[in-house]
Amino acid sequence: MVGIVGYGVYIPRYRIKTEEIARVWGEDGVRLAKGLGVFEKSVPGPDEDVATISVEAARNAVKHGNIDPLDIGAVYVGSESHPYAVKPTGTIVAEAIECSTDITCADYEFACKAGTAAMQTCMGLVKSDMIKVGLAIGSDTAQGRPGDALEYSAAAGGVAFLIGKENPVATIEATASFTTDTPDFWRREGEDYPSHGARFTGEPAYFRHVGEGAKLLLRNTKTSVDDYDYFVFHMPNGKFPLAMGMQLGVPGEKLEDSLVVRQIGNTYSGSAMMGLARILDIADPGSRIFMVSYGSGAGSDAFSIVVEEEVLKRRGEVPTVDDYIARKTNIEYSIYAKFRRKIKAM
Amino acid sequence: MAEHGVAQIWRKIKSIYNIQGNHCKTCDTYYFPPRPVCPECRRKGVLEDYRFKGLGKIHTFAVVRQAPDTFKRQVPYVVAQIELDEGARLTGQIVNCDPEEVEIGMRVRACFRKITEFGDKGIIVYGYKFEPVLKVTGHPYP
Amino acid sequence: MGKRVAIVGVGMSKFGELWDMNLRDITLEAGVSAIFDSQVKGSQIDAVTIGNMSAGRFTGQEHLGAQAVDMGGLGNIPAYSVEAACASGGAAVRHAYMAIMSGEHEVMMVLGCEKMSDVNQSEAMDTMSVASDWEWEGLFGATFPALYAFMARRHMLEHGTTLEHLSMVAVKNHANAAHNEFAQFRRPVPLEVVMKSGLLADPLRVLHSSPVTDGAAGLIMCTEERAKEFTDTPVYIESSEQAGDTLALHDRKDICTMEAVKKSSASSLKEAGLKIDDIDVFELHDSFTIGEIILTEDIGIAKKGEGGKILEEGLTEKDGKYPVNTSGGLKARGHPIGATGVAQIVELVLQLRGDADKRQVDGAEKGMAVNIGGTGATSIVHILGR
Repeated sequence: MVGIVGYGVYIPRYRIKTEEIARVWGEDGVRLAKGLGVFEKSVPGPDEDVATISVEAARNAVKHGNIDPLDIGAVYVGSESHPYAVKPTGTIVAEAIECSTDITCADYEFACKAGTAAMQTCMGLVKSDMIKVGLAIGSDTAQGRPGDALEYSAAAGGVAFLIGKENPVATIEATASFTTDTPDFWRREGEDYPSHGARFTGEPAYFRHVGEGAKLLLRNTKTSVDDYDYFVFHMPNGKFPLAMGMQLGVPGEKLEDSLVVRQIGNTYSGSAMMGLARILDIADPGSRIFMVSYGSGAGSDAFSIVVEEEVLKRRGEVPTVDDYIARKTNIEYSIYAKFRRKIKAM
Repeated sequence: MAEHGVAQIWRKIKSIYNIQGNHCKTCDTYYFPPRPVCPECRRKGVLEDYRFKGLGKIHTFAVVRQAPDTFKRQVPYVVAQIELDEGARLTGQIVNCDPEEVEIGMRVRACFRKITEFGDKGIIVYGYKFEPVLKVTGHPYP
Repeated sequence: MGKRVAIVGVGMSKFGELWDMNLRDITLEAGVSAIFDSQVKGSQIDAVTIGNMSAGRFTGQEHLGAQAVDMGGLGNIPAYSVEAACASGGAAVRHAYMAIMSGEHEVMMVLGCEKMSDVNQSEAMDTMSVASDWEWEGLFGATFPALYAFMARRHMLEHGTTLEHLSMVAVKNHANAAHNEFAQFRRPVPLEVVMKSGLLADPLRVLHSSPVTDGAAGLIMCTEERAKEFTDTPVYIESSEQAGDTLALHDRKDICTMEAVKKSSASSLKEAGLKIDDIDVFELHDSFTIGEIILTEDIGIAKKGEGGKILEEGLTEKDGKYPVNTSGGLKARGHPIGATGVAQIVELVLQLRGDADKRQVDGAEKGMAVNIGGTGATSIVHILGR
């Protein structure tokens, strides 16, 4: 069965606390952090972008899976912050991990679910024997307009999954997607920062799509919440996935381990995938994971995943999500503004 | 004519992405950047491509406080000579640690970063920098 | 004594930020003052060689040889441009030396020039980086000061050189420049000011670095036979030697030693039939103060690692056993890149003629100039005698 044959993550070293951002805008940081469920977020260094983050995650994945890069037949990078508007990030990744030239490659964009869309594409290519192994990456250096609510959560990080058939660390039993045309969050060509529908991003957008995607997969697989040990929902903040879990009747403890958003914020295309990676870091073989990503605009991809024995052999090879979360340096808003090019006169 | 720097960077992408140099089979010396001729053996030299493992230690370093505009956002930054385990030495930035933590002899490994940009409209140059070896736990729970 | 080349006239423009002069103005000033320093007539000059590093980037103008001849009204004589980064000036002197020795030319004008202040600091730093291995050092963020900081940090580790040593060079050279009317900085600086000056590339500080300078220097050189036509006090080039090394600093086994300097200084002494103790006055390339420390070791006035110690002993002071950079050096006279190597020769000629005024080394008969390109990829050494 098709599955994840290796994975790797990358989270930049810098963090800014919710309280520090709130201080600049005269908000109550303590209350805000608690309300959002985001206490600090990751910030990319001035020399980091989606290409560098993707490469670091992909190199970790190749090492973790002990994969010959020449076996990779497809490279897809999902992001809403590709460094070039035109010119693929994927080719940079493929060259940097020394893939063969005989591969297919493209960049994906679907707000926060471009990475899981890449996973689905790779699953199809592997299942149809068009390729042996596919590399699916979700990676972002998300921008929040200064002073906007999104500034508290828009973070940076990347996750790379190698999709294949041989010795998977986790098999993907099924996937299902739910898609409508719902403009809850967007960024127009040439704009530096995205815009969003504020409270509209909740009920008609996130909750409807994640909820419907989840129900669709449960229906398709004839399973119920009780059949799963872990749940991962896209994490625009720490509040939404918990509320989603309540709606679906998921016990809090089955969701808890995936909530990396509290320490690193929303890594956008790498958000749900980062939660999944963290579960794969810790779950026992046989555990069943239910993941639903969400992309504004809007759609969701739901996955049912079973952890395999193989995962035990690979642990310790590359840094875990927690290793990266632990490696951090907090910065002030002024440095954050410099790094993120928010100082325009420079 | 090509846009600024495009072909100049493109033709050495393998070297700057993956520290690909070469190795002289005659005198068993490793070179980075790859040399067109082994300076020791010259016509007797037999050069083969070699991809360095990207591990090494800091031979010397400087903390740059005044830099051209393209590096301004990173100031102060550490640039160092790294002695690779295979023997060759190269020049690159040290990232993922504070300048105060850097010392001669420190173990580092290659990572992938943005090196420079040719303006807002030009290409972005990616390549090697070095970072302290990151601790890998493998399993957060006993 | 066999055939020699004589220097019969020397001249300089003021060194500094010359806002009201462009490259051709300062070059002309140096050339004209070299002509007037000798009895040579413009019509007697066979050819011109000009040393310059990066006029193309600093000012947008190349083809400086033709420009110099044209501006000087020297007619249709041949003009050569020579480039060897910071050793461009020394290379121009050596080029003329070889042209005269070969018999191709008899009377030549040598010029060195650089106009650096017409670009902003960022462009100036980028341009200076091309003296090192741009593709594998500069592109990766190693500014020119950073490369010398590499040497300094290693020298401090291996030989116990201190911040104080690095700073003493600046104090000494500023003190000397106070007496040089052409120097950019004519004020002494106290040791603690140098030691506390702003950081440039740790461990190097701003006052451990030569400045951005506009300036030009010129010489009139000719065959020994014709020297007396133009002056009563010719100074002779006893030897002119050059050696090279790897372009990139990281390719050298020992970055605290400049092999090119060791080789070229040893061969120049041999060629001149002299020992280091026979040299009365030195101009050593101190673009960064660590450079002077390393050079004093590599030419043999200090043992390896003792470049700092001889500063403490005052050996390289004007009245010491080995006076180094009586002109103020690159540090305080200023470092208009292409002019530096020529300006070093100007200083030695003044010293050997006894024309160095308050910075005169009594009875100086032999002088040595060491001009470095990049981080030591080129070393050009001239020994002069009267």
